[in-house]
Amino acid sequence: MKNIRLAIAQIGPSLGDLERNLDLHLEYVQRACDEDADVVMFPEQSLTGYFLSDLVTEVAVPRDDDRLNPLREASMEIDIVVGFIEETADHRFVPAAGYLHKGGWKHIHHKIYLVTYGLFDEARDLAAGSTVRAFTTPIGRQAMLICEDLWHPSTASIAASDGADIIYGLSSSPGRGISGGTPELGSSETWHTLNRMYAQLHVCFVAHCNRVGYEDGINFWGGSEVIGPDGESLIRAPDFEEALVVATLNDSMLRRQRTRLPLRRDENVALNGREFTRISSERHRLDVE
Amino acid sequence: MSSKQQLQARATRGLQLDPNLVTRVLEGFVRDEIGKFGINRAVVALSGGIDSALSCTLAVRALGSDSVLAVLMPYRTSNPASRGDAETLVRQLNITSVLIDISPAVDGITDQLNDKPSDLRRGNVMARTRMTALYDQSESFGGLVVGTSNKTELLLGYGTQHGDMASAVNPIGDLYKTQVRALSKALNVPEEILEKAPSADLWEGQSDEDELGFDYELADRMLYLLIDEQFTADDLISDGYDSAIVNNVLHRIETSQFKRRLPVIAKLSHRTIDRDFRYPRDWGR
Repeated sequence: MKNIRLAIAQIGPSLGDLERNLDLHLEYVQRACDEDADVVMFPEQSLTGYFLSDLVTEVAVPRDDDRLNPLREASMEIDIVVGFIEETADHRFVPAAGYLHKGGWKHIHHKIYLVTYGLFDEARDLAAGSTVRAFTTPIGRQAMLICEDLWHPSTASIAASDGADIIYGLSSSPGRGISGGTPELGSSETWHTLNRMYAQLHVCFVAHCNRVGYEDGINFWGGSEVIGPDGESLIRAPDFEEALVVATLNDSMLRRQRTRLPLRRDENVALNGREFTRISSERHRLDVE
Repeated sequence: MSSKQQLQARATRGLQLDPNLVTRVLEGFVRDEIGKFGINRAVVALSGGIDSALSCTLAVRALGSDSVLAVLMPYRTSNPASRGDAETLVRQLNITSVLIDISPAVDGITDQLNDKPSDLRRGNVMARTRMTALYDQSESFGGLVVGTSNKTELLLGYGTQHGDMASAVNPIGDLYKTQVRALSKALNVPEEILEKAPSADLWEGQSDEDELGFDYELADRMLYLLIDEQFTADDLISDGYDSAIVNNVLHRIETSQFKRRLPVIAKLSHRTIDRDFRYPRDWGR
Protein backbone atom coordinates (compact mmCIF):
# COMPACT_ATOMS: atom_id res chain seq x y z
CA MET A 1 0.00 0.00 0.00
CA LYS A 2 0.95 3.67 -0.34
CA ASN A 3 2.09 5.54 2.72
CA ILE A 4 -0.80 7.73 3.82
CA ARG A 5 -1.96 10.22 6.39
CA LEU A 6 -5.30 9.11 7.81
CA ALA A 7 -7.50 11.63 9.63
CA ILE A 8 -10.10 10.41 12.10
CA ALA A 9 -13.04 12.82 12.43
CA GLN A 10 -14.48 12.01 15.84
CA ILE A 11 -17.67 14.05 15.61
CA GLY A 12 -20.95 14.24 17.53
CA PRO A 13 -23.70 14.30 14.89
CA SER A 14 -27.15 15.76 15.56
CA LEU A 15 -29.96 13.23 15.69
CA GLY A 16 -31.99 13.26 12.49
CA ASP A 17 -30.56 16.50 11.02
CA LEU A 18 -28.89 15.63 7.73
CA GLU A 19 -28.25 19.22 6.72
CA ARG A 20 -26.52 20.23 9.96
CA ASN A 21 -24.46 17.03 9.92
CA LEU A 22 -23.40 17.62 6.33
CA ASP A 23 -22.06 21.05 7.32
CA LEU A 24 -20.16 19.43 10.19
CA HIS A 25 -18.66 16.90 7.77
CA LEU A 26 -17.51 19.62 5.39
CA GLU A 27 -15.88 21.48 8.29
CA TYR A 28 -13.94 18.36 9.32
CA VAL A 29 -13.05 17.50 5.72
CA GLN A 30 -11.51 20.96 5.41
CA ARG A 31 -9.58 20.48 8.65
CA ALA A 32 -8.31 17.12 7.39
CA CYS A 33 -7.19 18.77 4.12
CA ASP A 34 -5.38 21.42 6.15
CA GLU A 35 -3.53 18.56 7.88
CA ASP A 36 -2.50 17.13 4.49
CA ALA A 37 -4.46 13.96 5.10
CA ASP A 38 -5.10 11.52 2.25
CA VAL A 39 -8.22 10.02 3.82
CA VAL A 40 -10.70 11.37 6.37
CA MET A 41 -12.88 8.89 8.20
CA PHE A 42 -16.21 9.52 9.98
CA PRO A 43 -18.13 7.27 12.41
CA GLU A 44 -21.18 5.04 11.89
CA GLN A 45 -24.31 6.95 10.78
CA SER A 46 -22.25 10.13 10.88
CA LEU A 47 -24.71 11.91 8.57
CA THR A 48 -27.82 10.94 10.52
CA GLY A 49 -27.17 10.25 14.19
CA TYR A 50 -27.74 6.82 15.70
CA PHE A 51 -30.90 6.07 17.72
CA LEU A 52 -33.28 7.02 14.91
CA SER A 53 -36.30 4.71 15.31
CA ASP A 54 -39.04 6.27 13.15
CA LEU A 55 -36.62 8.91 11.85
CA VAL A 56 -34.88 6.28 9.70
CA THR A 57 -37.08 6.83 6.66
CA GLU A 58 -36.71 10.60 6.95
CA VAL A 59 -32.92 10.70 6.92
CA ALA A 60 -32.13 7.79 4.59
CA VAL A 61 -30.77 8.79 1.17
CA PRO A 62 -30.28 6.96 -2.12
CA ARG A 63 -26.59 6.67 -2.94
CA ASP A 64 -26.96 9.11 -5.87
CA ASP A 65 -28.86 11.74 -3.83
CA ASP A 66 -28.00 15.32 -4.82
CA ARG A 67 -27.79 16.36 -1.18
CA LEU A 68 -24.51 14.45 -0.98
CA ASN A 69 -22.97 16.49 -3.82
CA PRO A 70 -20.93 18.76 -1.51
CA LEU A 71 -19.27 15.63 -0.06
CA ARG A 72 -18.69 14.22 -3.55
CA GLU A 73 -17.06 17.49 -4.56
CA ALA A 74 -14.91 17.50 -1.43
CA SER A 75 -13.72 14.00 -2.31
CA MET A 76 -11.92 15.44 -5.34
CA GLU A 77 -9.36 16.65 -2.77
CA ILE A 78 -9.39 13.88 -0.19
CA ASP A 79 -10.88 10.39 0.16
CA ILE A 80 -13.82 10.29 2.57
CA VAL A 81 -15.20 7.38 4.60
CA VAL A 82 -18.69 8.32 5.73
CA GLY A 83 -21.58 6.65 7.60
CA PHE A 84 -25.21 7.01 6.51
CA ILE A 85 -28.48 5.18 5.95
CA GLU A 86 -28.90 4.17 2.32
CA GLU A 87 -32.36 3.81 0.85
CA THR A 88 -32.06 1.18 -1.85
CA ALA A 89 -34.01 1.28 -5.12
CA ASP A 90 -36.48 -1.23 -3.65
CA HIS A 91 -36.89 0.93 -0.49
CA ARG A 92 -34.91 -0.99 2.06
CA PHE A 93 -33.13 1.17 4.62
CA VAL A 94 -29.60 -0.10 5.17
CA PRO A 95 -26.85 1.20 7.49
CA ALA A 96 -23.99 1.99 5.13
CA ALA A 97 -20.34 2.96 5.11
CA GLY A 98 -19.32 4.66 1.89
CA TYR A 99 -15.87 5.40 0.46
CA LEU A 100 -15.82 8.53 -1.69
CA HIS A 101 -12.90 9.02 -4.08
CA LYS A 102 -12.52 11.63 -6.84
CA GLY A 103 -16.17 12.56 -6.82
CA GLY A 104 -17.80 9.12 -6.66
CA TRP A 105 -18.41 6.05 -4.54
CA LYS A 106 -15.52 3.64 -4.72
CA HIS A 107 -17.34 1.19 -2.48
CA ILE A 108 -20.37 1.00 -0.20
CA HIS A 109 -20.54 -1.54 2.61
CA HIS A 110 -23.87 -2.47 4.14
CA LYS A 111 -23.82 -3.44 7.81
CA ILE A 112 -24.11 -7.22 8.02
CA TYR A 113 -24.93 -7.69 11.67
CA LEU A 114 -27.80 -5.50 12.83
CA VAL A 115 -27.64 -5.30 16.59
CA THR A 116 -30.97 -6.15 18.18
CA TYR A 117 -30.48 -6.89 21.85
CA GLY A 118 -29.89 -4.95 25.05
CA LEU A 119 -30.35 -1.25 24.31
CA PHE A 120 -30.29 -1.81 20.52
CA ASP A 121 -33.22 -2.35 18.16
CA GLU A 122 -31.71 -2.08 14.68
CA ALA A 123 -33.51 -4.96 12.98
CA ARG A 124 -36.81 -3.27 13.84
CA ASP A 125 -36.08 -0.42 11.43
CA LEU A 126 -33.22 -1.46 9.18
CA ALA A 127 -32.25 -4.04 6.58
CA ALA A 128 -28.97 -5.97 6.71
CA GLY A 129 -26.22 -6.21 4.13
CA SER A 130 -25.08 -9.46 2.57
CA THR A 131 -21.50 -9.05 1.39
CA VAL A 132 -18.09 -8.28 2.85
CA ARG A 133 -15.61 -7.10 0.24
CA ALA A 134 -12.26 -5.41 0.17
CA PHE A 135 -11.85 -2.78 -2.55
CA THR A 136 -8.92 -1.14 -4.27
CA THR A 137 -8.11 2.55 -4.52
CA PRO A 138 -4.81 4.21 -5.53
CA ILE A 139 -3.88 3.89 -1.84
CA GLY A 140 -4.18 0.13 -1.88
CA ARG A 141 -6.60 -2.53 -0.74
CA GLN A 142 -9.03 -1.58 2.03
CA ALA A 143 -12.28 -2.70 3.64
CA MET A 144 -15.02 -1.10 5.73
CA LEU A 145 -17.02 -2.72 8.52
CA ILE A 146 -19.65 -1.20 10.78
CA CYS A 147 -19.66 -1.58 14.57
CA GLU A 148 -21.49 -4.85 15.34
CA ASP A 149 -19.87 -6.41 12.26
CA LEU A 150 -16.65 -6.39 14.28
CA TRP A 151 -18.24 -8.36 17.11
CA HIS A 152 -18.27 -11.24 14.63
CA PRO A 153 -14.63 -12.13 13.96
CA SER A 154 -15.59 -13.73 10.64
CA THR A 155 -16.19 -10.34 8.97
CA ALA A 156 -12.68 -9.09 9.70
CA SER A 157 -11.30 -12.48 8.58
CA ILE A 158 -13.11 -12.17 5.26
CA ALA A 159 -11.90 -8.57 4.81
CA ALA A 160 -8.31 -9.57 5.58
CA SER A 161 -8.49 -12.69 3.40
CA ASP A 162 -9.75 -10.44 0.61
CA GLY A 163 -6.51 -8.51 0.94
CA ALA A 164 -7.43 -5.46 3.00
CA ASP A 165 -4.36 -3.68 4.36
CA ILE A 166 -6.56 -1.20 6.19
CA ILE A 167 -9.80 -2.16 7.92
CA TYR A 168 -12.00 0.83 8.72
CA GLY A 169 -14.39 0.23 11.62
CA LEU A 170 -17.14 2.83 11.90
CA SER A 171 -18.92 2.90 15.26
CA SER A 172 -21.60 4.58 17.31
CA SER A 173 -20.70 2.74 20.48
CA PRO A 174 -22.75 3.68 23.56
CA GLY A 175 -20.61 4.12 26.68
CA ARG A 176 -21.55 1.68 29.43
CA GLY A 177 -20.04 -0.49 32.10
CA ILE A 178 -18.59 1.32 35.12
CA SER A 179 -18.11 -1.76 37.32
CA GLY A 180 -14.98 -2.40 39.26
CA GLY A 181 -13.93 1.21 39.62
CA THR A 182 -11.80 1.09 36.48
CA PRO A 183 -11.02 4.47 34.91
CA GLU A 184 -12.26 3.31 31.50
CA LEU A 185 -15.78 2.35 30.41
CA GLY A 186 -16.33 -1.35 29.78
CA SER A 187 -17.28 -0.67 26.15
CA SER A 188 -14.08 1.31 25.60
CA GLU A 189 -11.88 -1.44 27.07
CA THR A 190 -13.53 -4.10 24.92
CA TRP A 191 -13.19 -2.11 21.72
CA HIS A 192 -9.52 -1.48 22.36
CA THR A 193 -9.02 -5.22 22.79
CA LEU A 194 -10.96 -6.01 19.59
CA ASN A 195 -9.12 -3.43 17.48
CA ARG A 196 -5.75 -4.60 18.71
CA MET A 197 -6.62 -8.25 18.19
CA TYR A 198 -7.75 -7.72 14.59
CA ALA A 199 -4.68 -5.65 13.74
CA GLN A 200 -2.30 -8.22 15.19
CA LEU A 201 -3.98 -11.40 13.94
CA HIS A 202 -4.69 -10.08 10.45
CA VAL A 203 -1.41 -8.13 10.37
CA CYS A 204 -3.03 -4.98 9.01
CA PHE A 205 -4.00 -1.46 10.05
CA VAL A 206 -7.26 -1.08 11.95
CA ALA A 207 -8.83 2.39 12.06
CA HIS A 208 -11.72 2.65 14.50
CA CYS A 209 -13.75 5.86 14.45
CA ASN A 210 -16.33 6.14 17.23
CA ARG A 211 -18.61 9.13 17.68
CA VAL A 212 -19.14 11.33 20.73
CA GLY A 213 -22.15 13.16 22.17
CA TYR A 214 -25.41 12.07 23.79
CA GLU A 215 -28.71 10.81 22.41
CA ASP A 216 -31.68 10.36 24.76
CA GLY A 217 -29.32 10.11 27.73
CA ILE A 218 -26.96 7.61 26.12
CA ASN A 219 -23.34 8.73 25.82
CA PHE A 220 -20.97 7.85 23.00
CA TRP A 221 -17.43 7.72 24.33
CA GLY A 222 -15.22 8.50 21.33
CA GLY A 223 -11.70 7.16 21.98
CA SER A 224 -11.16 6.52 18.26
CA GLU A 225 -7.84 4.94 17.39
CA VAL A 226 -5.59 3.62 14.70
CA ILE A 227 -3.70 0.42 15.47
CA GLY A 228 -0.66 -0.72 13.53
CA PRO A 229 -0.06 -4.30 12.37
CA ASP A 230 2.13 -4.96 15.43
CA GLY A 231 -0.75 -4.04 17.76
CA GLU A 232 0.71 -0.70 18.76
CA SER A 233 -1.62 2.28 18.90
CA LEU A 234 -0.56 4.88 16.31
CA ILE A 235 -2.98 7.52 17.50
CA ARG A 236 -5.86 7.74 19.94
CA ALA A 237 -8.44 10.52 20.07
CA PRO A 238 -9.61 11.80 23.46
CA ASP A 239 -12.61 10.25 25.17
CA PHE A 240 -15.97 12.11 25.01
CA GLU A 241 -14.74 15.12 22.98
CA GLU A 242 -15.00 16.00 19.33
CA ALA A 243 -11.57 15.84 17.72
CA LEU A 244 -9.64 15.43 14.52
CA VAL A 245 -6.54 13.27 14.89
CA VAL A 246 -4.12 12.18 12.18
CA ALA A 247 -1.99 9.05 11.94
CA THR A 248 0.68 8.17 9.42
CA LEU A 249 0.37 4.66 8.00
CA ASN A 250 3.53 3.36 6.32
CA ASP A 251 3.82 0.29 4.13
CA SER A 252 7.13 -0.46 5.87
CA MET A 253 5.14 -1.25 9.04
CA LEU A 254 3.21 -3.92 7.14
CA ARG A 255 6.37 -5.32 5.57
CA ARG A 256 8.26 -5.52 8.85
CA GLN A 257 5.43 -7.18 10.76
CA ARG A 258 4.47 -9.57 7.96
CA THR A 259 8.11 -10.63 7.81
CA ARG A 260 8.23 -11.27 11.54
CA LEU A 261 4.79 -12.82 11.76
CA PRO A 262 3.61 -14.21 8.40
CA LEU A 263 0.13 -15.08 9.64
CA ARG A 264 -1.58 -13.67 6.60
CA ARG A 265 0.66 -15.63 4.22
CA ASP A 266 -0.16 -18.83 6.07
CA GLU A 267 -3.91 -18.29 6.40
CA ASN A 268 -5.60 -21.25 4.68
CA VAL A 269 -8.41 -19.48 2.85
CA ALA A 270 -9.30 -22.56 0.80
CA LEU A 271 -9.71 -24.63 3.95
CA ASN A 272 -11.89 -21.94 5.54
CA GLY A 273 -14.05 -21.87 2.46
CA ARG A 274 -14.44 -25.66 2.34
CA GLU A 275 -15.19 -26.05 6.00
CA PHE A 276 -17.65 -23.14 6.21
CA THR A 277 -19.45 -24.48 3.15
CA ARG A 278 -19.68 -27.91 4.76
CA ILE A 279 -20.86 -26.49 8.11
CA SER A 280 -23.39 -24.28 6.42
CA SER A 281 -24.90 -27.17 4.45
CA GLU A 282 -24.90 -29.48 7.49
CA ARG A 283 -26.63 -26.83 9.58
CA HIS A 284 -29.17 -26.39 6.85
CA ARG A 285 -29.74 -30.14 6.84
CA LEU A 286 -30.10 -30.21 10.63
CA ASP A 287 -32.59 -27.32 10.47
CA VAL A 288 -34.88 -29.17 8.06
CA GLU A 289 -34.59 -32.60 9.70
CA MET B 1 -13.97 -19.65 48.22
CA SER B 2 -17.63 -20.61 48.57
CA SER B 3 -20.08 -19.56 45.90
CA LYS B 4 -21.62 -17.16 48.38
CA GLN B 5 -18.37 -15.31 48.71
CA GLN B 6 -18.05 -15.32 44.94
CA LEU B 7 -21.39 -13.59 44.43
CA GLN B 8 -20.65 -11.26 47.32
CA ALA B 9 -17.30 -10.32 45.83
CA ARG B 10 -18.89 -9.92 42.43
CA ALA B 11 -21.50 -7.52 43.79
CA THR B 12 -18.97 -5.54 45.82
CA ARG B 13 -16.72 -5.14 42.81
CA GLY B 14 -19.64 -4.44 40.50
CA LEU B 15 -20.81 -1.53 42.63
CA GLN B 16 -17.39 0.13 42.72
CA LEU B 17 -17.00 3.12 40.43
CA ASP B 18 -14.31 5.50 39.30
CA PRO B 19 -15.54 8.95 40.38
CA ASN B 20 -13.64 10.82 37.64
CA LEU B 21 -15.07 8.69 34.86
CA VAL B 22 -18.64 8.77 36.16
CA THR B 23 -18.52 12.50 36.90
CA ARG B 24 -17.31 13.18 33.39
CA VAL B 25 -20.14 11.21 31.80
CA LEU B 26 -22.78 12.75 34.07
CA GLU B 27 -21.56 16.34 33.73
CA GLY B 28 -21.59 15.93 29.96
CA PHE B 29 -25.06 14.41 30.19
CA VAL B 30 -26.48 17.40 32.09
CA ARG B 31 -24.81 19.95 29.83
CA ASP B 32 -25.75 18.19 26.61
CA GLU B 33 -29.28 17.03 27.35
CA ILE B 34 -30.26 20.47 28.68
CA GLY B 35 -28.17 22.48 26.22
CA LYS B 36 -29.56 20.88 23.10
CA PHE B 37 -32.92 22.42 23.99
CA GLY B 38 -31.35 25.86 23.81
CA ILE B 39 -31.29 26.14 27.61
CA ASN B 40 -28.28 26.33 29.91
CA ARG B 41 -29.96 26.53 33.32
CA ALA B 42 -31.33 24.03 35.80
CA VAL B 43 -33.50 23.90 38.91
CA VAL B 44 -33.04 21.26 41.59
CA ALA B 45 -35.23 20.46 44.60
CA LEU B 46 -32.83 20.32 47.55
CA SER B 47 -34.14 18.23 50.46
CA GLY B 48 -30.98 18.17 52.52
CA GLY B 49 -30.49 14.52 51.55
CA ILE B 50 -27.68 12.94 49.61
CA ASP B 51 -29.46 12.27 46.30
CA SER B 52 -30.50 15.87 45.66
CA ALA B 53 -27.10 17.05 46.94
CA LEU B 54 -25.37 14.95 44.30
CA SER B 55 -27.73 15.97 41.47
CA CYS B 56 -27.28 19.61 42.41
CA THR B 57 -23.50 19.28 42.60
CA LEU B 58 -23.41 17.65 39.15
CA ALA B 59 -25.66 20.39 37.73
CA VAL B 60 -23.37 23.11 39.11
CA ARG B 61 -20.28 21.37 37.73
CA ALA B 62 -21.97 21.07 34.34
CA LEU B 63 -23.57 24.51 34.04
CA GLY B 64 -21.85 26.78 36.56
CA SER B 65 -23.11 28.19 39.85
CA ASP B 66 -24.94 31.13 38.22
CA SER B 67 -27.06 28.75 36.19
CA VAL B 68 -28.48 26.52 38.92
CA LEU B 69 -31.35 27.39 41.25
CA ALA B 70 -31.84 25.32 44.40
CA VAL B 71 -35.45 25.07 45.57
CA LEU B 72 -35.97 24.29 49.26
CA MET B 73 -39.51 23.16 50.04
CA PRO B 74 -39.97 22.17 53.67
CA TYR B 75 -43.27 21.12 55.23
CA ARG B 76 -43.95 22.17 58.81
CA THR B 77 -43.10 18.67 60.15
CA SER B 78 -39.87 18.40 58.14
CA ASN B 79 -36.75 18.01 60.24
CA PRO B 80 -35.23 21.54 60.61
CA ALA B 81 -31.79 19.94 60.25
CA SER B 82 -32.69 18.99 56.66
CA ARG B 83 -33.13 22.64 55.73
CA GLY B 84 -29.88 23.50 57.48
CA ASP B 85 -28.01 20.83 55.52
CA ALA B 86 -29.51 22.04 52.25
CA GLU B 87 -28.43 25.60 53.09
CA THR B 88 -24.90 24.39 53.86
CA LEU B 89 -24.73 22.90 50.37
CA VAL B 90 -26.17 26.07 48.80
CA ARG B 91 -23.38 28.09 50.46
CA GLN B 92 -20.71 25.58 49.47
CA LEU B 93 -21.81 25.58 45.83
CA ASN B 94 -22.33 29.35 45.86
CA ILE B 95 -25.73 29.09 44.18
CA THR B 96 -28.99 30.97 44.52
CA SER B 97 -31.79 29.31 46.44
CA VAL B 98 -35.45 29.95 46.99
CA LEU B 99 -37.44 28.80 50.02
CA ILE B 100 -41.05 27.75 49.51
CA ASP B 101 -42.97 26.52 52.55
CA ILE B 102 -45.39 23.93 51.18
CA SER B 103 -47.39 23.66 54.44
CA PRO B 104 -50.30 25.94 53.44
CA ALA B 105 -50.71 24.23 50.07
CA VAL B 106 -50.54 20.71 51.53
CA ASP B 107 -52.82 21.55 54.46
CA GLY B 108 -55.17 23.28 52.03
CA ILE B 109 -55.75 19.89 50.44
CA THR B 110 -55.64 17.59 53.45
CA ASP B 111 -57.70 19.83 55.78
CA GLN B 112 -60.68 19.56 53.46
CA LEU B 113 -60.79 15.77 53.68
CA ASN B 114 -63.45 14.03 55.74
CA ASP B 115 -61.14 11.16 56.66
CA LYS B 116 -57.70 11.42 58.20
CA PRO B 117 -55.21 10.64 55.44
CA SER B 118 -52.53 8.04 56.17
CA ASP B 119 -48.86 9.02 56.36
CA LEU B 120 -48.43 7.55 52.90
CA ARG B 121 -51.19 9.71 51.43
CA ARG B 122 -49.88 12.83 53.16
CA GLY B 123 -46.40 12.03 51.92
CA ASN B 124 -47.67 11.72 48.35
CA VAL B 125 -49.51 15.05 48.58
CA MET B 126 -46.30 16.68 49.84
CA ALA B 127 -44.20 15.15 47.04
CA ARG B 128 -46.67 16.28 44.37
CA THR B 129 -46.99 19.75 45.88
CA ARG B 130 -43.20 20.07 45.73
CA MET B 131 -43.31 18.99 42.10
CA THR B 132 -45.84 21.75 41.33
CA ALA B 133 -43.74 24.41 43.03
CA LEU B 134 -40.55 23.10 41.40
CA TYR B 135 -41.97 23.16 37.87
CA ASP B 136 -43.21 26.70 38.50
CA GLN B 137 -39.63 27.67 39.43
CA SER B 138 -38.44 25.88 36.30
CA GLU B 139 -40.56 28.25 34.24
CA SER B 140 -39.61 31.43 36.09
CA PHE B 141 -35.88 30.65 36.30
CA GLY B 142 -35.76 29.30 32.75
CA GLY B 143 -34.08 26.05 33.74
CA LEU B 144 -34.95 22.40 33.31
CA VAL B 145 -35.74 20.24 36.34
CA VAL B 146 -32.84 17.96 37.24
CA GLY B 147 -34.07 14.73 38.81
CA THR B 148 -32.94 13.25 42.11
CA SER B 149 -34.18 9.64 42.00
CA ASN B 150 -31.49 6.96 42.24
CA LYS B 151 -31.60 3.48 40.70
CA THR B 152 -32.31 1.72 44.00
CA GLU B 153 -35.43 3.70 44.78
CA LEU B 154 -36.58 3.69 41.16
CA LEU B 155 -36.36 -0.11 41.08
CA LEU B 156 -37.99 -0.58 44.48
CA GLY B 157 -40.73 1.91 43.61
CA TYR B 158 -39.76 3.95 46.65
CA GLY B 159 -40.88 7.29 45.26
CA THR B 160 -44.02 9.20 44.34
CA GLN B 161 -45.09 9.06 40.72
CA HIS B 162 -45.50 12.61 39.36
CA GLY B 163 -43.94 13.78 42.61
CA ASP B 164 -40.25 13.39 43.47
CA MET B 165 -39.93 11.05 40.45
CA ALA B 166 -40.77 13.89 38.04
CA SER B 167 -37.93 15.58 36.18
CA ALA B 168 -36.68 16.58 32.74
CA VAL B 169 -33.25 15.01 33.03
CA ASN B 170 -31.97 12.66 35.71
CA PRO B 171 -28.21 12.24 36.05
CA ILE B 172 -28.32 9.76 38.97
CA GLY B 173 -31.07 7.33 37.90
CA ASP B 174 -28.55 4.65 36.89
CA LEU B 175 -26.57 4.86 40.14
CA TYR B 176 -27.44 2.67 43.11
CA LYS B 177 -27.72 4.33 46.52
CA THR B 178 -24.30 3.12 47.66
CA GLN B 179 -22.81 4.44 44.41
CA VAL B 180 -24.52 7.79 45.06
CA ARG B 181 -22.75 7.83 48.43
CA ALA B 182 -19.37 7.01 46.92
CA LEU B 183 -19.66 9.64 44.21
CA SER B 184 -21.01 12.28 46.64
CA LYS B 185 -18.04 11.70 48.92
CA ALA B 186 -15.64 12.10 46.00
CA LEU B 187 -17.36 15.35 44.98
CA ASN B 188 -17.08 16.82 48.50
CA VAL B 189 -20.74 16.81 49.46
CA PRO B 190 -20.80 18.10 53.07
CA GLU B 191 -20.04 15.51 55.74
CA GLU B 192 -23.36 15.97 57.58
CA ILE B 193 -25.26 15.06 54.42
CA LEU B 194 -23.04 12.03 53.76
CA GLU B 195 -23.35 10.70 57.28
CA LYS B 196 -27.04 10.92 58.13
CA ALA B 197 -29.52 8.05 57.77
CA PRO B 198 -31.45 8.22 54.50
CA SER B 199 -34.97 9.56 54.97
CA ALA B 200 -37.75 10.79 52.70
CA ASP B 201 -38.45 13.23 55.58
CA LEU B 202 -42.18 13.06 54.95
CA TRP B 203 -42.94 12.62 58.65
CA GLU B 204 -40.94 12.86 61.82
CA GLY B 205 -38.35 10.16 62.38
CA GLN B 206 -39.01 8.46 59.04
CA SER B 207 -36.18 6.18 57.91
CA ASP B 208 -35.96 4.62 54.44
CA GLU B 209 -34.23 1.52 55.71
CA ASP B 210 -36.75 0.92 58.54
CA GLU B 211 -39.61 1.29 56.10
CA LEU B 212 -38.09 -0.98 53.47
CA GLY B 213 -37.08 -3.61 56.02
CA PHE B 214 -33.51 -3.94 54.76
CA ASP B 215 -30.53 -1.65 54.43
CA TYR B 216 -29.33 -0.07 51.20
CA GLU B 217 -26.01 -1.97 51.19
CA LEU B 218 -27.87 -5.26 51.06
CA ALA B 219 -30.53 -3.98 48.65
CA ASP B 220 -27.90 -2.68 46.24
CA ARG B 221 -25.94 -5.94 46.21
CA MET B 222 -29.11 -7.90 45.51
CA LEU B 223 -30.34 -5.46 42.87
CA TYR B 224 -26.95 -5.38 41.17
CA LEU B 225 -26.87 -9.19 40.95
CA LEU B 226 -30.51 -9.49 39.83
CA ILE B 227 -30.70 -6.57 37.42
CA ASP B 228 -27.22 -5.86 36.13
CA GLU B 229 -25.79 -9.38 36.22
CA GLN B 230 -29.11 -11.16 35.58
CA PHE B 231 -28.68 -13.80 38.28
CA THR B 232 -31.98 -15.42 39.32
CA ALA B 233 -33.65 -15.26 42.72
CA ASP B 234 -32.73 -18.94 43.17
CA ASP B 235 -29.06 -18.11 42.51
CA LEU B 236 -29.17 -15.55 45.30
CA ILE B 237 -31.11 -17.71 47.73
CA SER B 238 -28.88 -20.75 47.24
CA ASP B 239 -25.97 -18.44 47.93
CA GLY B 240 -27.37 -17.60 51.31
CA TYR B 241 -29.37 -14.43 50.69
CA ASP B 242 -32.52 -14.41 52.84
CA SER B 243 -35.34 -15.72 50.65
CA ALA B 244 -37.93 -13.45 52.30
CA ILE B 245 -35.86 -10.36 51.49
CA VAL B 246 -35.05 -11.50 47.95
CA ASN B 247 -38.74 -12.13 47.29
CA ASN B 248 -39.68 -8.82 48.88
CA VAL B 249 -37.27 -7.01 46.56
CA LEU B 250 -38.58 -8.84 43.49
CA HIS B 251 -42.14 -8.12 44.51
CA ARG B 252 -41.37 -4.42 44.88
CA ILE B 253 -39.73 -4.27 41.45
CA GLU B 254 -42.65 -6.00 39.76
CA THR B 255 -45.46 -4.13 41.47
CA SER B 256 -43.85 -0.71 40.87
CA GLN B 257 -43.20 -1.26 37.16
CA PHE B 258 -46.11 1.04 36.26
CA LYS B 259 -44.35 3.95 37.96
CA ARG B 260 -41.41 3.66 35.60
CA ARG B 261 -43.54 3.86 32.46
CA LEU B 262 -45.69 6.46 30.79
CA PRO B 263 -49.46 5.98 31.27
CA VAL B 264 -50.78 3.26 28.99
CA ILE B 265 -52.73 4.51 26.02
CA ALA B 266 -55.64 2.52 24.65
CA LYS B 267 -54.64 1.54 21.15
CA LEU B 268 -57.06 2.38 18.36
CA SER B 269 -55.11 3.70 15.37
CA HIS B 270 -52.24 2.22 13.37
CA ARG B 271 -49.80 4.61 15.01
CA THR B 272 -50.10 5.10 18.73
CA ILE B 273 -47.76 7.32 20.73
CA ASP B 274 -44.77 5.37 22.11
CA ARG B 275 -46.05 2.09 20.68
CA ASP B 276 -45.59 2.47 16.95
CA PHE B 277 -45.02 6.24 16.83
CA ARG B 278 -41.43 5.97 17.97
CA TYR B 279 -39.44 9.17 17.76
CA PRO B 280 -36.47 9.80 20.04
CA ARG B 281 -36.70 12.58 22.63
CA ASP B 282 -33.65 14.26 21.07
CA TRP B 283 -35.31 14.40 17.62
CA GLY B 284 -33.44 16.93 15.47
CA ARG B 285 -31.17 18.08 18.31
